[in-house]
Amino acid sequence: MNNPSPAKRLKIIHALNVIGPFCGLLLVLGLFSLSSEVRPYLFTGENFKLILIQTVIVALGALGMTMIIVSGGIDLSVGSVVAFTSVLGATLLVKGYSTFATAAMTVLAGGLFGLLDGLIIAGFSMTPFIVTLGMMGVVRGMAKWVAGNQTVNNPPNAPLNHLMARVAPTQLFPLPPGVWIAIGLAAVISVVMRQTVFGRYIYAIGSNEATARLCGVRVRLQKVMIYALAGLFFGLAGLMQLSRLTQGDPTVAIGLELDIIAAVVIGGASLNGGTGSILGSMIGALIMAVLRNGSNQMGWQNFTQEIIIGIVIILAVGLDMFRQRRTKNAGHS
Amino acid sequence: MISVRKSFGATRALKNVSFEVAPGEVHALIGENGAGKSTLMKILSGAHQPDSGTVELEGQPFVPANPLHARRRGIAMIYQELTLAPHLSVEENILLGEEPARFGWLNRSRRRELARQALAELHHQNIPLEAPVGSRTIAEQQVVEIARALIGEPKVLIMDEPTSSLTQVDTENLFAVVERLCRRGVSIIYISHFLEECRRIAHRYTVLRDGESVAAGDMRTADLREIIKFMVGREISDIYPRTPHPLGAPVLELRELAGRPKPQSVSLTLRAGEILGLAGLVGAGRTETLRACFGLDPIRSGSVLIGSKETAHCSPAQRLAGGMGLLSENRKEEGLMLNRSIADNMTLTRYAPLSRCGFIQRARQQQTAREWMERLDVRAQGPGQPIGELSGGNQQKVALGRLLHHQASVLLLDEPTRGIDVGSKAQIYQLIGQLAAQGKAVIFVSSYLPELLGVCDSIGVMCRGVLSEVRPASQWTEQGIISAAIGQACA
Repeated sequence: MNNPSPAKRLKIIHALNVIGPFCGLLLVLGLFSLSSEVRPYLFTGENFKLILIQTVIVALGALGMTMIIVSGGIDLSVGSVVAFTSVLGATLLVKGYSTFATAAMTVLAGGLFGLLDGLIIAGFSMTPFIVTLGMMGVVRGMAKWVAGNQTVNNPPNAPLNHLMARVAPTQLFPLPPGVWIAIGLAAVISVVMRQTVFGRYIYAIGSNEATARLCGVRVRLQKVMIYALAGLFFGLAGLMQLSRLTQGDPTVAIGLELDIIAAVVIGGASLNGGTGSILGSMIGALIMAVLRNGSNQMGWQNFTQEIIIGIVIILAVGLDMFRQRRTKNAGHS
Repeated sequence: MISVRKSFGATRALKNVSFEVAPGEVHALIGENGAGKSTLMKILSGAHQPDSGTVELEGQPFVPANPLHARRRGIAMIYQELTLAPHLSVEENILLGEEPARFGWLNRSRRRELARQALAELHHQNIPLEAPVGSRTIAEQQVVEIARALIGEPKVLIMDEPTSSLTQVDTENLFAVVERLCRRGVSIIYISHFLEECRRIAHRYTVLRDGESVAAGDMRTADLREIIKFMVGREISDIYPRTPHPLGAPVLELRELAGRPKPQSVSLTLRAGEILGLAGLVGAGRTETLRACFGLDPIRSGSVLIGSKETAHCSPAQRLAGGMGLLSENRKEEGLMLNRSIADNMTLTRYAPLSRCGFIQRARQQQTAREWMERLDVRAQGPGQPIGELSGGNQQKVALGRLLHHQASVLLLDEPTRGIDVGSKAQIYQLIGQLAAQGKAVIFVSSYLPELLGVCDSIGVMCRGVLSEVRPASQWTEQGIISAAIGQACA
C-alpha cells in the first residue's frame, strides 16, 4: 500500500466525511431501484419533486438541530413547536391577519420557545435533554389549548397554502417556494457555521466547553443564541407544516424531533458535540425522505417503514463510529 | 521586572510563599505532590483568588480576576492536562477566543497566517494547520497548546509539568522552545518534579513544601541532594503498628507488564503475606499498573502470573473470581456507589453467601454488613445508611470491607489513605498488617512516603512507567525513593 503524505491523507479524510452520507443516499436509492416495480416511478422528475417537498420540514428542523447538536446539546421539543406554530399560523389567518404578519409571528413564536429553552439551559446550567423534554409537553399542551382541541383550517386560497404546493411542471423552476427557501437557508447557515466566529464557537463549545470558557468564549450567551436561532427554524418548519396540510393540527408532527435528530446524526454529527455539518445533515434529511418515499412505493406497511428506518439509523451511526476510529488512527501514524 | 510576593493567612494550600521572576528568566518551582504549586499557579492565572498577599506585575500590583483577564495582561498558562478542543483544527485551537474577524466574519487567511507564525516560532511548521487536534500526538498537542499561549505576546508563561506526558525527544524539543522564548524576554515559571530537567533549563529555583517557600537559589550551582532534603523535610512518626507476618509462596508475578499507554515495563513478585509498596510521582504509571493487572485496562505485552499460571488477558470479573481485589484511588467516582447503602456497597462483589436462588436475603445482607462495620470500626447509623453521608475515613473502611467480604487473597490498594483523617489512617495501617498476617498479599500504592516506609515489607519505585528493582523497605530512605521517582541515580 502506498503512503500518502499527512496533508494529502487529511484531505482524503475530509472528503470521506462529506462523501460518506452521500454514498448512503446513493445506496438507499440503489436498493429501492432493485425492485423492477418501483424503479420506473422512483426515478421520475415528479417523484424527485415529491421527495424534495417531503424533505423540507425535516431539513429546516435539521438546520436548527445541527447547531444545537454540534454545540453538545439536544432539543426534543421540535415536534411540539412545529404543531404549536402551525396551529398559531392557522388561527392568525382565520382571524384575518395578513400573510406576512402571520408568517413573521409564526416564525418568531418558534424563536421565543427556543429563547426560553436557551435561557433555562444556560441560566440554570440544566441538562438540555430534561429542559426540552419538559418543553415538549408544555408546548404540545399549549398547541391543543390554542386550537381548542381540534384542527384549525386555513381560509381557502390563502397565499401561504402555496408555499409547499406542487406547481405545474411548465414553470421555469418547477419547485414550490418552500423548497427554495430551505435550500437558500441551508446555504446561509452552512456559511455561518464555517465562516463566522459565532459558527466556530458552536464547534468549540461542543468540542470542549471548559476550553471554550478558558479561551474567553461567552458560553452562556452563545448557548442562548444557538437555541433561539434554532427555534426560528423550528417555527419556519411549523409554517411549512401549516402550508403542507393547509390546516393547523395540534396533534401533528409527533416524533418529528426524532426524525430530525436521526437526519443530523446520519449526516455525520456526534451527539457528544463538536462534529457535524449542514451539508451532511441535509443529505441525512434527504435519506430519511427517500426511505419513506421508497417504502411507500414498495407498498410496505407503516410498521415496516418504522423498523427499517430504525435499523438504518443504527447502521449509519455504527458506520460513522467505525470511520472515526480509523480517522484517529490515520492521524496518529 | 516581574515580582511575585504572596503571604497567605490560614489557607491550607498556601501559607507563605514568595518568589520573583525576572524577564527572560526560567524559574523552576519545585515541590512534592500537594506542596501547593498548582494552587499558586491557579492564583497567578486567575482561576483562583488569593485570600491575602500581593502579586506584582512589572512593579504594579496585579490580581487577575479570571483567566481571560490574566491572559490579556500577559500571563499565559499551560496546564498539566491539555485543554484543547479535540474536534477543532490545529489552527482554530491556536486562535480560539482571539479569532481575527470583522463584524463576526472570520478572516481565515489571517488566522492561518497567525497560526503559522506561532508554530514557526516554535520550529514546528510541520504540524498540519487544518488537522483536527484530537488526531495529533500528545507531543504535537502540547506544541499547539504552547502556540496558543504565545498568541497574546505573553510576558509570563507558566508551564505546569509540561514533560510529564512527553518522550525524551519531545522533551528536548520543548527545551529548545523554552530557550528561544526566554531569549525573547519571556519569563517562564517552570513547574516540575524532575530536578535534572530543571537543572538543564532553569536559571533559579524555589522549593515549596506544605504551602511555604522553604528554599531558593541558583539552579545551575545547586546541590540536587540538598534540594531533595528541602522537598521532604519531615520525620517518620511512629503511627505504624507492625504485625509480624512470615512470607509464603509467590501468589502474583508480573513479568515486563506493559499497558496502553502506561506502564512501560513492570516486573515484580508478590508473596503470600507480603506488603509490597509502589512509590512514584503522580503520572508515573502506578495506578495504570494496578488497573492493567486487574483487567481494567488493556495489556500491551508482558504477563501476569497467578500462582505460576499465565493469565494476562482477564476481565475484572475473572480477576475477582480468582480472588483478586482492587481498591480504587478514586473513591467517590469509581470506588463506591455514593447514593447506595453501606450494605449494598460492601456486598456488591459477593452475593453468593447472602442469597438463595438468586434472591438476596436482606436480613443476611444487613447482618453481614453489620459484622464488618463492627470489625472495621465504621461509624454510621446502620448498614442501611447511604454511603455518601459518611466521612472519608469511614467510606474508605467500607470500600476495604468490600474486599474483605469478597475474601480476596491478593489486594491491590491504590492510595488507600488519601484524603482521610489520621485516626482512620492508623486503623487502615493496622488492618493491612493483620491481613498480611493472615497470609494475604497486598500491593500498596501511595504518594505518601512515610506510610510506605512504615507499613511495607518491600518497596519498588516507578518512574515514567518503569518499575525499579523491588527492594526490602529497610534498604530504602525517603531521599532514595524521591531520587528514584524523579529519575535520579539512587543516592
